Formats: sequence, C-alpha cells, structure tokens
Amino acid sequence: MTRRVDLLIVGAGPAGMSAAVAARQYGLDVLVVDEQPVPGGQIWRNIEAVCGTPREKILGKAYSEGLWTVRRFRASGAAYEPATQVWQIEPGPRVLMTRDKIASSVEAGAVLLATGAQERPAPFPGWTLPGVMTVGAAQIVIKTAGQIPDEPVWIAGSGPLPLLYAVQLLKAGGRIAGYLDTTQKGRWMSALPRFATAAAGAPLDMLKGILWLATLRRRVRYISNVSEIEAIGDNAMERLRYVTASGKSETVYARLLLVHEGLVPTIHPTLALGCTHQWNSDQDSYAADLDCWGETSQNGVFVAGDGAGIGGAKAACLRGEIAATGIALKAGVIDDQQAARLARPLRARLARALSARPFLDSLYRPRRSIFVPSDETVACRCEEVNVAGVRAEAARAGRPGPNQIKAFTRAGMGPCQGRQCNYTVANILADAEGRETPDVGLYRVRPPFKPLTLRELATLDSRDAG
Amino acid sequence: MTMSKTDVVVIGGGLHGLSAALHLARAGKAVSILERSWVGRHASGATAAGVRTLNRHLAEVPISLEAMDMWHNIESIVGDHCGFHAHGQINVAEFESHLPVLQKRVSTMQAAGYDHEELIDRDELLRLVPTISPHVTAALIARGDGAADPHRTIAAFRRAAEAAGVAIIEGARVTAIERDRGDDWTIRTEVGTYAAPVVINVAGAWAADIAAMAGDDIPLGHKASMMIVTERIAPLLKPVVSVVGRPLSFKQSDQGTLVIGGGLQGKADIPAQKSFVDFNELAKGARAATDLFPCVGPLRIVRSWAGMEAKTEDYLPVIGVSPNVDGIYHVFGFSGHGFQLVPVVGAIMADLIVRGSTGRKIEAFAPSRLMEQRHVA
Repeated sequence: MTRRVDLLIVGAGPAGMSAAVAARQYGLDVLVVDEQPVPGGQIWRNIEAVCGTPREKILGKAYSEGLWTVRRFRASGAAYEPATQVWQIEPGPRVLMTRDKIASSVEAGAVLLATGAQERPAPFPGWTLPGVMTVGAAQIVIKTAGQIPDEPVWIAGSGPLPLLYAVQLLKAGGRIAGYLDTTQKGRWMSALPRFATAAAGAPLDMLKGILWLATLRRRVRYISNVSEIEAIGDNAMERLRYVTASGKSETVYARLLLVHEGLVPTIHPTLALGCTHQWNSDQDSYAADLDCWGETSQNGVFVAGDGAGIGGAKAACLRGEIAATGIALKAGVIDDQQAARLARPLRARLARALSARPFLDSLYRPRRSIFVPSDETVACRCEEVNVAGVRAEAARAGRPGPNQIKAFTRAGMGPCQGRQCNYTVANILADAEGRETPDVGLYRVRPPFKPLTLRELATLDSRDAG
Repeated sequence: MTMSKTDVVVIGGGLHGLSAALHLARAGKAVSILERSWVGRHASGATAAGVRTLNRHLAEVPISLEAMDMWHNIESIVGDHCGFHAHGQINVAEFESHLPVLQKRVSTMQAAGYDHEELIDRDELLRLVPTISPHVTAALIARGDGAADPHRTIAAFRRAAEAAGVAIIEGARVTAIERDRGDDWTIRTEVGTYAAPVVINVAGAWAADIAAMAGDDIPLGHKASMMIVTERIAPLLKPVVSVVGRPLSFKQSDQGTLVIGGGLQGKADIPAQKSFVDFNELAKGARAATDLFPCVGPLRIVRSWAGMEAKTEDYLPVIGVSPNVDGIYHVFGFSGHGFQLVPVVGAIMADLIVRGSTGRKIEAFAPSRLMEQRHVA
C-alpha cells in the first residue's frame, strides 16, 4: 500500500527536525524518516542518551544544545520512522524506502531532503589501509559508544572538525601522538579580509576555535603547514610519512591516523533525481540549485541543512524552518505575504549564522593534492582504480567524461556508488584535459541511490505503484 | 566548416555501427562513424551482453549460428577475447507445467534441422548449476552460448575499427541528410559536414529519426530494458540462466557481480535520451532471482538502469537497403537481442555494400516489410 503525507522529511538532524516542528505548526501532516535509530543527525548523534552522562561534558555545549531541538521534534506530532533507508525518489514526488527489511513507497505533497553532508573524500597514498579513518567516523564512536582509541592517534587535516575532535579526545582522556595541520601556508593571509565579518557575526564560535587551537598547540605535538601525508604498511598502517611546506620529511610510527579535509554537501539523492546543481567555488563542491525556499529544480523536492551548502547546525535549523515555510506556502496553508513576513526574521538569522563561512571556507581551502592526488594513490577504493589508471584513460581521444572513465576503468561502479571517487575522478579529468572541474561534470547516478538487497526489493508490492 | 568526403558514413557509434564500419574498412572502404555522444553511449553500453542462440526466432537462427562461430573466434576478428565465455545459456522450467513449452521448442528446432538446443533433466541442470533452487524440473540448454563483457567488447571493436582506418567522430549529432547534385549524400552534423555515396543508419532507438531525414518512413517502437547489478560475490554460477514464464536473465560477470535482467521494462523519453527505472516492475525480477537462487537474497543492489533500444512490430531487426532511396542502408530495431548478432551483421553490411548482395539469409529483416505494412494500414 502506498501511503500519502503532506510532507516527507528525509533525515532527522538539525534541518529535518526543525523543519518538522515548523511544518507541524503550519498544520501539515509530516512523516520524518531517518537512517539512524534515534534523532539528532550526525552533529547531535545519540544526544538523548548522552545528555546527563559524563560524556555530555566531553562533547561540549554545541552538542548539548541539540537536546532542545530533539525534544521539540519529539513533541511536534510529526510521525517519525527511524532505521529507515530511502533509496529512490521519483517525480511526483514518490519516495521508496526500506524499514525492517520491507520495501514500501510514500507519496508526498513535498519531500524535504535534510540529508546533511559527507566528509570530503581526501585520497592520499595509503588512505585505504586499515588504521586510517576519518575524524568524523572517530567522533561518531565517541558519541554512540563513548569509546576513544586506546593508543595515541595521529590527526591530519584542516578545518574546525579535527580541532574540535582533538579537544574532545583530550577531555575524554585520549592521547594524541601528533596533530598535522594541513591548512595551506598562506591561507591565513588570504582569509584575513573576511575575519572581521566572521568575528562580528559569530564572535563566540571564532573565540572557541582560537581556544581549541591554543589548547592543542600547548598540549600536543603540533606540526603546521603539512603538505603531504602517506600511510605506509602492508596489511595495515604501520608508519606515517609527512612532508611540510618547507620540504622537511619525517616518517613516524603510527597505527591509527584520523583525517579530515572539510565537508561537502550530500548530493547523491538530488543527482539521482536529475535536479540541476551548482558549483560552489568557495567550497569546491556542488550543491543542488535551490530557490529562496530551498526547492530544487524538481517540483516539490526541497533541500535544507548542510545538503544546501555547508553552514553548520544553526544554519541548518534555520534553513529547515525556511523550507517548511515555503512548503506551507506551496500547500496553500499560508499566502505569499504571510510567508514573506514569517521568513524575514529567519533569513536575517541565517545570514548571521553563515557569517563565519567565507572566512572558514577561505582559510580551510584544501590543498591541491586533495583534488589531484599523486599517480600511485587509489582513486576508487571499491574497484581499486588508482589515479594513474584514470589518467591513462583520460589521455584517449575525445576528452572522455566521468561516465566513460567509469565504463573504461570501473571506477565508481562499486558499492559506494561513486560517493568516494566522484569528485576525485572529475578533478583528475579536469587537470588532465585542461578544463575546469565543473565543466567536466560528475558520474550519472544510477538508482537505487542507497544499496538495498535483492530480497528487500522483492518485497516491494507490485500493487504499491503510484 | 569543411566538407569531408568518404565512401561510407555510418550514423551511430554503437556496436553494430562499429562492426559494420570494421568490416567495410577491411573490405577497402573509407568509413567515417558519426556518433552523437560517444561510442557505446546507449544500448551497447547498457546491455547484459548475453551471447545467445537459445530460443531465437527461427528467422534469426541462421545468422545467429554464424555469429556464434564468430564469437568463438572473436579474438581473431577484433584482437581481444571481449570477455566472452561459452558456459552455455539455460532456459529453466521451474514446474512440470512449463515442460511442454521446452518440448515444443525442441521439436520445432529439430524439424527445422537444428540441434544446438537440447533438453536436459533436473539432475543435469543441478550438476551444471549447483546453486539453483532444487524445485526446478528441467531445462533447455545451448551449450555453446555464453556472455561477454560489454565495455570490453566496445573497446575491442573500437580499437579494431580504428586500426582498420575507420574515422570515429564523437559529439557529432546529425542534423540533416540531403541528396547533393552528384551521387553523394550530404550529412550535416553539429561539428562538420560529410559526404558519401553510402549511408548506414545504425542509430538504435533514434534510427526512425535518421531514416526520416533520408526520406524513409519506418515505424519504430522502443524498449527500455532494465538491469540490476549487485555487489561482487564468490563464484556462484557459470552459465546464463533464464526461466520459462518469468522475467529473468541471471548471470555472474567476470568481476563477480551478478547481472540480472530479463527484459523488464522501465520508462524512456527517447527524444530527451533519458530512461527511468521502474522499481515496482524491477521487483518482479528480484522476486524471480531470489526464488531461483535463494542464497542471493542478502546481496546488495549496487545499481540498476534502463537501456534504450529500438523495437520493431515483429521483434525482428531491420537489416538491409532502403527500398526508396539509393545508397541508404538500415541496421537497427534489434528489439533487445542484438548484441550476439554484432559480428555477423557487420559482415552482412560489407556484403551488401561492397558486393551488392549477400548469401546470408536476411529476407525476413528487409526494411520494406515494416514500410509496406504502414501503406496497407
């Protein structure tokens, strides 16, 4: 049986929950589905269980603040189905999903994708070795299980998240063998003109960042201007080699390396839907083209949160509320004037919440080798295709695009469906063919946009058609 | 823009276009392929790449058998094995009630003098495919059949064609086909103009548009056959398995992924060159796959797609010269089963164009049969 709701929200993080609360206030019938077993998204993951335990202090105030949003969401009257995987959205919109190994579909007046961000794939030699993981994944382990690595870790990366994680790890009693700051030399000077706006708009956040940095520089071995890293080992990482901008190279013992090079919006669902996308040159990534309410080029499909562009939890909540207002307008619950009036203060707050972004985007712009790694680096980890393999095919006549590279090399054909190598292949092609990355384009996303099993698909009732 | 003069212009850089160009170039012709996007973009890149004589229409059997001999020697033709393995194709009867379908087919084939399809019992079937569900009863098998790797095949035919001197122009959408003052056709594209006395229309799902440009009105439908590819698993089966009465074609690729098709139809917007997977339909394929091979239920589907291909009223291809206009040849409408015929149809085109006739049996594929039908209607 196909169910019908006014609004289906995919994702129960800051944007999804805030949108649900607002949409319920507009009287819409709302269903929120989420992959996780409990609400909170990645940033506030497992917050209901953690609050009131010692872990809350370790994770900090920005984490605890999420509880208020989760409680409002729980009380909103929105239907909530956790542990649900959405794997296809068809024009209509009609959403196909799996819960408890049963596939079903929901028709919705509007769909809001509040599916957040993913860590930017940052390939380097050895990045696929066991022992290398992302900072985001390590932080999830603290949030969900309260566990920290039992031996000293190396952290290599750039951006607020590795700083925050490092501080959380120290608070939790963890040990850091070294912090390799991969922020490019000279980025501070480039970012400086944007500092005043950031400091005026988000003074506390900026101060927090400076304090994290000071803490780390005082308490751990902190190496700036790291330009290259390499994980070395046979079956698992055994050593870490790094090179600084001054050319100094060092190889150290390392069993666990956490890396992070910023976040990029989740675009897999909107690519699968055929929405138009826009290149954001400040964040070196794509995001779906959105109107002022967050609606994509596909009628009735909206995006809010980091999926609309990296902005953090506060901006995500506000984008969720703005999208809910636009959806209420589209549903005819409020008129143009009411919508404009309701959105005005939200937009003002959103602008403030995003005021530090230009500074952060400029400061933490990834180094070039993140985009175009060395030849021996694995580009597609699922199919084990290295950069040289992609380059060899790029040298063929006719300036092949990513979809041809996929057919020639199998890069992007594995279970991650190209999430890990999409940008890498596009960047390598752009480099090899003397083009700009946005001109090269991305893989065509073939459905389902999340893997489901044959048995799950077999449960989709043929009467369950739209 | 300059005019490029050549002997033969092939419109469409799919496998049939490549094969025709290859055979013509080897017969001494100067050939240019005009391809709208890139070689193998549509049906050739979306195919399950089954190499099948089993259960073919009787009219196709003679050329299909010859094509099969060519597949068994494919390396000598295109310089690469194309990932071809002849582990057989098997059509399974799940229940006793399906047995008469197979028996009738065998007697039809025997009456026509063919012996490449044979009936096997349950024990033989379980020996050949030990992982199949034991509820099956019997099967039809063509032991010399198999499957190839579509991308590898495209690459091999492309390389061979280029080595034989074929010029492949990608990104060249044909916008007009005009008769010029002499015997030549002028073919206008977005990137240049070409002239040749002979034009082969191998434009797949878009072939009716190309035919119309040259002055032939050929009614054409389309198919949007869907495929599923799973994650890789350890070796599960070698032959290609299909089932009586259900939409399933089931095989394992060299990479270890399962490739599941069977003609389930998605949706297509042919003018927009877009196709869409219909998951409610595709679920039927998943049910057939998990019923026949229960152990594959937990496997993750990595991707699915619908490939666009031309379909004729009688599900037979169009292969031959235009009855209306000189120098126009049509090769399309394979209706979802053209992959296996690729090597032989190229040879047929070389016969027709270089010698003016062919000894191969292609009467049933004459373009006129579809055009006449329209006049009658």
